[in-house]
This record gives sequence, structure tokens and C-alpha cells, in this order.
Amino acid sequence: MRYEVKLKLSYRYNAPSDHARTLLRVLPSDIAGMQTVTSRLLSFDPPPDERHDSRDFFGNTMTSAVWHAPIAEIGVTLNAKIDRGLAEPGLDLSSPREELAQEIAQFRSLAPNAPHHFLAASRRAAPTKEMTEYAQAQLQPGQTARGAIEAVGRALHLEMRFDAGATDVNTPAAEAFANRHGVCQDFSHIMISCLRGVGIPAGYVSGFLRTYPPPGQPRLEGADAMHAWVRAWAGAETGWVEFDPTNNQYAGEDYITVGYGRDYDDVPPLRGAMRGAGGQQSAQAVDVIPLD
Amino acid sequence: MQSPNTSDAASPLEQHPLLVGYAPVPGVADELFERSGAMRRVWRPFVEKFLKLEPGEIPQRFERANQYLRDAGVYYRQYSNDVLAEREWPLSHIPVVLHESEWSGICEGLAQRADLLEAVMADLYGPGNLVSNGHLPPELIAGNAHWMRPMVGVEPKGGNYLHFLAFEIGRSPDGSWFVLGDRTQAPSGAGFALENRMATGRIFPESFPRDHIHKLATFFGDFRAALETLAGRGEGDMRRAAILTPGPANDSYYEHTYIARYLGLSLLEGEDLLVQNGEAMVRTIEGPQPLGALWRRMDAGFVDPLEMDPDTQIGTPGLMEAVREGNLAMVNALGAGVLETRALMAFLPKISRVLTGQPLAMPNIATWWCGGASERAHVRANAETMMIGPAMAVNLPFDLDAATALGGQFRSGAEAPIADWLEAEGRHLVGQEAVTLSTTPAWHDDGQGGGSVRPCPMTVRVFAARTPQGWQFMKGGYARIGPEGDATALSMQQGGAVADVWIVSDKPVPSASMAPRQTGTFRRKIPGTLPARAADNLYWLGRYIERCEDSIRVIRAYHLRLAATGSPEDERLARLAEFLGAHGFDISQPVPDALLQRLDAAQACASKVRDRFSTDGWLALKDLSKTARGMVSTARPGDDTARAMGVLLRKITGFSGLVHENMYRFEGWRFLSIGRALERADGIAALLIRFTAEDAPEGALDLAVEVADSVITHQRRYRVRTNLETVLDLLVLDAANPRAILFHLNRLKGLLDELPEAEVAGRPGDLLRALMPLRTQLSVIEPEEVTPQMLQQIRSDLFRLSDLVSQKYLR
Repeated sequence: MRYEVKLKLSYRYNAPSDHARTLLRVLPSDIAGMQTVTSRLLSFDPPPDERHDSRDFFGNTMTSAVWHAPIAEIGVTLNAKIDRGLAEPGLDLSSPREELAQEIAQFRSLAPNAPHHFLAASRRAAPTKEMTEYAQAQLQPGQTARGAIEAVGRALHLEMRFDAGATDVNTPAAEAFANRHGVCQDFSHIMISCLRGVGIPAGYVSGFLRTYPPPGQPRLEGADAMHAWVRAWAGAETGWVEFDPTNNQYAGEDYITVGYGRDYDDVPPLRGAMRGAGGQQSAQAVDVIPLD
Repeated sequence: MQSPNTSDAASPLEQHPLLVGYAPVPGVADELFERSGAMRRVWRPFVEKFLKLEPGEIPQRFERANQYLRDAGVYYRQYSNDVLAEREWPLSHIPVVLHESEWSGICEGLAQRADLLEAVMADLYGPGNLVSNGHLPPELIAGNAHWMRPMVGVEPKGGNYLHFLAFEIGRSPDGSWFVLGDRTQAPSGAGFALENRMATGRIFPESFPRDHIHKLATFFGDFRAALETLAGRGEGDMRRAAILTPGPANDSYYEHTYIARYLGLSLLEGEDLLVQNGEAMVRTIEGPQPLGALWRRMDAGFVDPLEMDPDTQIGTPGLMEAVREGNLAMVNALGAGVLETRALMAFLPKISRVLTGQPLAMPNIATWWCGGASERAHVRANAETMMIGPAMAVNLPFDLDAATALGGQFRSGAEAPIADWLEAEGRHLVGQEAVTLSTTPAWHDDGQGGGSVRPCPMTVRVFAARTPQGWQFMKGGYARIGPEGDATALSMQQGGAVADVWIVSDKPVPSASMAPRQTGTFRRKIPGTLPARAADNLYWLGRYIERCEDSIRVIRAYHLRLAATGSPEDERLARLAEFLGAHGFDISQPVPDALLQRLDAAQACASKVRDRFSTDGWLALKDLSKTARGMVSTARPGDDTARAMGVLLRKITGFSGLVHENMYRFEGWRFLSIGRALERADGIAALLIRFTAEDAPEGALDLAVEVADSVITHQRRYRVRTNLETVLDLLVLDAANPRAILFHLNRLKGLLDELPEAEVAGRPGDLLRALMPLRTQLSVIEPEEVTPQMLQQIRSDLFRLSDLVSQKYLR
């Protein structure tokens, strides 16, 4: 499936920012066997004095942009064309869940894809007693690792209420879980914490999701937002599987990956720093246009 | 290691009354005595001197050290509710004495360890072979908060990760040494070692044994030279080295200021830096200046909010980029904190053989990671003699937290069996041998002017610096002394005291200095440029101090009148009260809260520039604010408060005197002086506006002259009673009166002339252009031409000038 993705971000500072520096993770990259980026362009308004693209530890493309003179507003535009080839996973041949711990221990590597990075608590995805107990209750004896991942994800989807106004970007996962509501970021952090609590390595995926307009209505431009889902490790043989607890499905052809991390903090679309007083306001608009 | 310490048979020295109660714990090594009961030879010369002191002289000498520490402002900050609370420095007055031959053995072992740590670091941030070959469990690294992913694959500037290390070591019952912990993140204590040496020198000033003690200065000289080399990229490179501190709220901030002054390096905070085109720069009053190396006293997670902890308030955005680009060397490299992980100790003995082919020359505290079944079983079976705690902890073994079990018991009082805990949480736990330390003499004060010497457990912190000639070790150290009676390492966690460490030679040792060794190329000392933040704090310190002084004079005038008239309805009193009220002072309080706030503000500014500020000046400021606070509950309106304000005035003048007499006439002093001059000129203008106004009450002019401290000058100059012209002449136009506006405008001219870019292409810059018309006007006019409007104009011109100073130099 081929897509064109358009993203607009804007940041307005209440007071002009002296020497503003931002770090963005919005450029999608090629992922072997999953997606090919045929073109990508990131532009800034005003144009930065410095700009530098590089790869972070997890292989995500990060872009740093610096403005030397004081600025009051930053606009960012992404245009990318992506060929997404991944279908939903097939037959579940993953290891029995009970054997996962041993497989992890035998995985002697610190490579970015190694499960070890995704097992320990991270700042935004730390298992709590409540989440671990909840996850435990979804497990069945003799389950495969993938079966366990799917069971937790599907259960959470039913358990949680999607509510765009209930949480913000800084709401802790434990709080969103206690209230059983939130947005994709909360759903993902909760699922990651639950899986880690029962010994399944799990990480955060940021990206875009194709949305379908209601039947008979045109697709609305700029109505989408960036999306987040979960990837979890189902053993050395199967490797990583991606599941979207917000939409109760595996992340298939409708998904475009931008970044992998332990949680949101590893892949925020934009992290900014400015000197000077005053807060900032931001806005985001996303279009995912199917080309096929 | 026995030979230098061995002595002949026991002699009367051991029977001295001060030593009679000295009873080392059986089964524990003692620094002073051999197992046979004979005193070690290395201690003998010192002990002989010490025991010859007259009774009563010992406390006197100890007091000299305490006095030095108080005068020098040495303090220790503990994290508590009041983050800025300081407590007295807990010096144990008797040094730890070690022979140079024993010391060189220690250093040899630790040099090997330093190289090993460097190799581990290079692997963890490079190929990761230790993990892939099974020598380290991956989860200990991947799940470690101190393993910094942005550093993976980054080649450190200069090629090395580690440059300055500390090792906490202790002595086993068999006399050998072992490592309790490696300090690799941001080792503290080197500055405190220096202070301990200074203080101990006050107790034992005699040339013997002093001439036999190795000096600390050589080490610091070598380290500074190494830092400068690391900072530059070759001949003629202007990149400088500096120290990065988290700021005054950090528990060892004092040490940062001290060591910065001692080494002659700038002490910077995150705010002082910016990153431009991949280079770290210092914001200075002359614009951004490139920086090549940072000795960081800050944990890596805090240094960059963009790539490290996003919540850090003390970091510099983009600093990681300067590191990645190879333009900035960090001492030590970001991510070095991972080497402090407690569980790593379990694997280092084997890693040493794998990486170097050699066993560890000095063992570390025996450690078992409970993720392995056999290790877990061992720890379970020996729980009685173990400390069991978090595998990922980076604090020293004796800094136990509530989650630690000791001797088979939970410290938090939890009841669960240790065996269950180990089984459930094994991968997150380590067991460490509950080691025993040696004891060393410490003075026990009997509270009646006497005392005796007692054996107390100790550890020694050893410092190492990488230099072009290899690892250099401080010949000395920082000893921690625990309370008497318990020689397990745990006793150290109660804090206890600290002591100097003497490395003694049989022969007198040459005196040393910080001057770098002459190794080939000539090095010019590059004068530091004042960081903009430091200039800002000095500028505001000047303004706040002056503001305090002005208000103290007005408060005093008020209470003198109150005492004289006894009637608050007096019109002059009402005018003074109104004037004070307009500046936020509530005159119904003898020591108004607003005054205390201004003193606090001055002190807060001073606290941020302590490295540029004399210790006496700092103590004078602290004393001023303490005195003012003490007066709050005692001062009564009228004469009593007037006298209290007199005391404060003398103290504030004392501070000004110290600044005036002692502060080097460099840029920092200039900004302080600009602040004072601007504030004083503005204060006089504000005063005159209210007290020369048409509706001012009878006697207001006298008040103005009094508040401006110019009564006597007025009498001598005019020989008439005050009138509007004489007052305006004296307080506005008199270039010789330090209480006149023109005097300060002239002073400002002189100060501004000296600032960077005061003139641009031979023409006055913005600041001078803003000042000169006003100054010229006041130089030529007559008193009768000074109108209230003009006084207002002076105030707004000064306000604009202050703004320009801030814009140009202070951000």
C-alpha cells in the first residue's frame, strides 16, 4: 500500500525565544521487510541556521534544527511517500510464553532490536502492581508469547475508554489506567507496562494511521493526528509483533512507522528548548492519503 | 607491604595516657598498631610529636583548624527540607598516616583498575563484546539508567572516556587493601581533600613531620595541564576547559567553587553554555567563546534536555551534539556512571582476565549477582554475612537504602523470608560481603577540655587523573572515619567524620607547586572571560546591596525622628513613611520584611558567584543577613531600632570595604560597581523627588541631606542652613561628593569605558551614548536649573541604561 503523508507542526512562543533548538523525530525511515520511503522532505519556517539529520540508537531519523536569532514561531512541514508492505502476521508459531524468559536470557546482544532494552521499567512505562495483576489475569496456561501479547492488547481495548480530552501528553500511565481512559499514547504506555510486568519485552511505536471516512463522506484533510501503538517481543524465532490496543488490531498495512522506543520519551515528534520566559503553544495537523 | 610498617619492640610510647584506652577490635586491622601491639613505624614520628603536646594544647590546636574551616567558609550541604542548609565541616583532626611505599603499591593496583574500567567503558559504548561473549548479562546494561544510549558509537574527543576517577578503598583484617567502590560519574572529594590538608596544617604546622608529607599540589597541576591539553586541538587552539556544576543547590557546590578557584578554571552552569554549529560555547560578556573540555560535576542525565532527561532544568540543549561531533571532551565521558553499577563488581574479576589477561591487582568487595542460580544459592546460604541490595544501585556499599537486607534481616523491617525474595527478584539483586574495615586513631573529646585517642573504622578515597604520562594519583586522599566500636563497612553510613591522609616519606620531600611541568611547549595562561550569568549576578548583587544600604539609612532617619518627636503624626515622619511605603517597606515593622528580602536577594546573587568572590565578603554578607534577622524580634521602634540600623549600616559598609579593598579590578568587579553606581544615583534621584517637592514638609531638606549621609559636608561647604539650591548642588551636581548623582555618572563613565566593545570603530557604543548627554548636562548646569522633571528624567535615563547593560552583556 502506497501513501502520501503530510504533517504540519507549529509552535508559538509567548516571548521570542533566544537561540531556539529543536530535535524532531518525524521523518519515516526504511524498515527492512516492512516499509520503503520513496521520498521525504522536512521543511521549516523560518529556515533554521543549522540543520542536521542523524540516526538515534534505535535507528530512528532525528533532525536537529537551530535558530540563532530570536524567533517567536516555528512551523514544520513534512511531505513523505511511503510504500508499506506489511500484512497482518500469519500463523502464530511463537514460543510458549513460559519459555520467553529463558530465550531472553540467551539473547546475548545489546543491538537496538535486542529484547533487553524493552523489559525494564522506563520513565513513562513502568509496571505497577495493578497493571501487572491485570495482565496476569489475561494469561492462559500453555499460551504462546504472541497469544499473550494479543490477549493483553485486546483486553485493554475493551477495558479502556478512548477519550481525547481526558489526558494530556504528561499524564502518567498509571493514572490513565486507574481511570480506564485516555488516547493512543496512554493505551500504548499501559499495554507496554502490563506486558513488561509479566516479563514480555514491549516498546512504543510512533507513526501514522490511515483513517477511513464514514461511508459516503469525503476524507477530511488534516483531521488526523500522529498515532502510537505497541511492539512486543514474541521470542527469538518470531521476533517483534506490532499491536494497536487503541484500535484492537495488529499494525498492518494501514500503519506507517516513524519511530521505535522504550516509551514516548524516546520518540517525541518534537522536543524543543528555548531560552527566555513564557510558555509555548503548539498545533498539529496530519493527512494520510492512500495513493493506490 | 609489611616492611615499612614494622617496628621494633614495644616502647613506652604505647603506654602514654592518651593511648591507654586505645583498644583495636580483635580480628580487625589497625592503622596505628600492629597485631603484636607495637606501634607501626610510619606513625611513630608523628605520634611522638603529638604526645609531647601539653595537655590543653591539643584542643587549642584543633580549634585552629576549626577556625580555619569556618573562616574559609568550608561547609557541607545536606539534602534536607531546606536545600540551602549548611552544616559545619566534620573534620577528624588526626590524619591517617601511610608510608609512600605502601601508597605506591596501592596506586599501582588502582592504575590497572583504571585501565580496566576504560576498556569496559570502550566496550559498552562500542562493540559490546562483553555482553555478546557472555561476560556480562545484557540486562545489567540495557536496563541500566546510567547506560546512555546516545553515547553508543560515539568516539570521545581525545580518544579516552575516563580522565578523573576516585576509588573508595578499605583495609582487610589481613592488612591488604580492597576496593569498595569506583567513582566514575562525577567523583567528588578532591577539593575537600585539599581543605582537610589546609586545616590539618594549622594543627601541625611544624616543619617536622610536615616536610616528610607528600604535597597535593603536583597532582592538581598535572590534572589541570591534562585538562587544558584535552580542551585544545593543538598548538594555538583557544578552546578552554571549565568546570560544569549543577549549581548552589547541589550538596558539594562548595567544593566546586573551591576547586574552580584553586585550579583557576571557570565554574559554569548549564545556562552559561550554548551549542552552535556543533561547538559548545560559553556565553560571556564578550559574546560566545568556544569550550573544549568540561570537567562535569553533574550526572550525565542532566546535561542535555534534548537527548537526556527531558525534565532537566539545569542542562544545556544540544550539548550531546557537541560531544558527538567530537568538539567537546567530557571529564568523564557521558555514560561513565554505568561503571558504578554495584552488580558490575561481580563480573570485573573475570573481565579483567578476559580483557587484560591479568587478575585484578587489588580485589574489589566480593559481589554476587543473584540472577545466576549458583550465585543466588551462595547468597542465600550466606545471607547472614551479606548485604543484599539492588543490583543497579550506584551508591557505595555502605550507603544502604531501605530496600537492603543486612545479615539476613530487612532494613525496612519487612518480614518476608530472604530466600523468597531472592527467588522472586534475583535478577535485580546483588549480595555483597559485609566487609570489615581497619581502624585508625581519632580524637575522642571528653567534653571537659581533655580527651583520648580511640580506634575508629575508616575508608580512604583515592584520586586518579589521566595525564599524557599515564595515570597520576593524588599523594594523599580523603578519609572517612566512622564511629568507634563497629568496624563493619556499615558504620560508615552514619556519616561520621573526615580526615586528611598523609603519605609520608623517610626523607624530606621537595615542596611542590601547581605550576605545570615544563614538558616542551610553552603554554600561555589564557585569561578567562567573565560568563554572562556571573556578570549578571554580580551586577544585581551591587544593586541589591546598594538598595539595602539606602533603605537602612531611611529607616534609621525615621526612627531617629520618632525618638526625637515621639509623635508618629509628625509631618516629616509621615513623609518618610510614605517614601518607604512606596518602595515596599512597612515601617510599622522595625526591621521590615522587605529589607530582609533584599538582603536575601543579595545573598542569593552572591551564592551563585562564590567562585569569583572573596570568602570574607561572603561571610560578611551572611553575617549581615543573620544580624538583621536576629533584630526582627528584639528591635523596638524609636531609638532602639535607630541604633540597630546603625549596626547594620556598619556591617554593610564592612562588606563594601571588603569589596573595594580586596576585589581584583577585573570585569566581575566592574559589573558589581556598575550595579552599585546605577542604584545609588537612582536612589538619590528618588529621594530628592520626594523631599524637594513643593509640598514637602518643613525640614524635609535636612532629612534628605541626612539620609544621603552629607550633613557634615553640607555644613562645611555652605556655612548656611539648607535650602533648595545648596541641597541640589550637593546631592546632584557635586562631582566630588560620593553621595551626588554626577559623581556616580562620572564613575559609570569610567567603568563603562573599560567594558568590551565600549567603543565601536572609535565611536562611543550604545551604553556610552546613553550616558554621555546626561552626564554633560549635569556637568554644566546650575542648581536652580535642576527641576523635579529633570530628576524624573534622570531616573528614566538610568533605567534605560540598566536595560542596555543587561541586553549587551548579561544574557
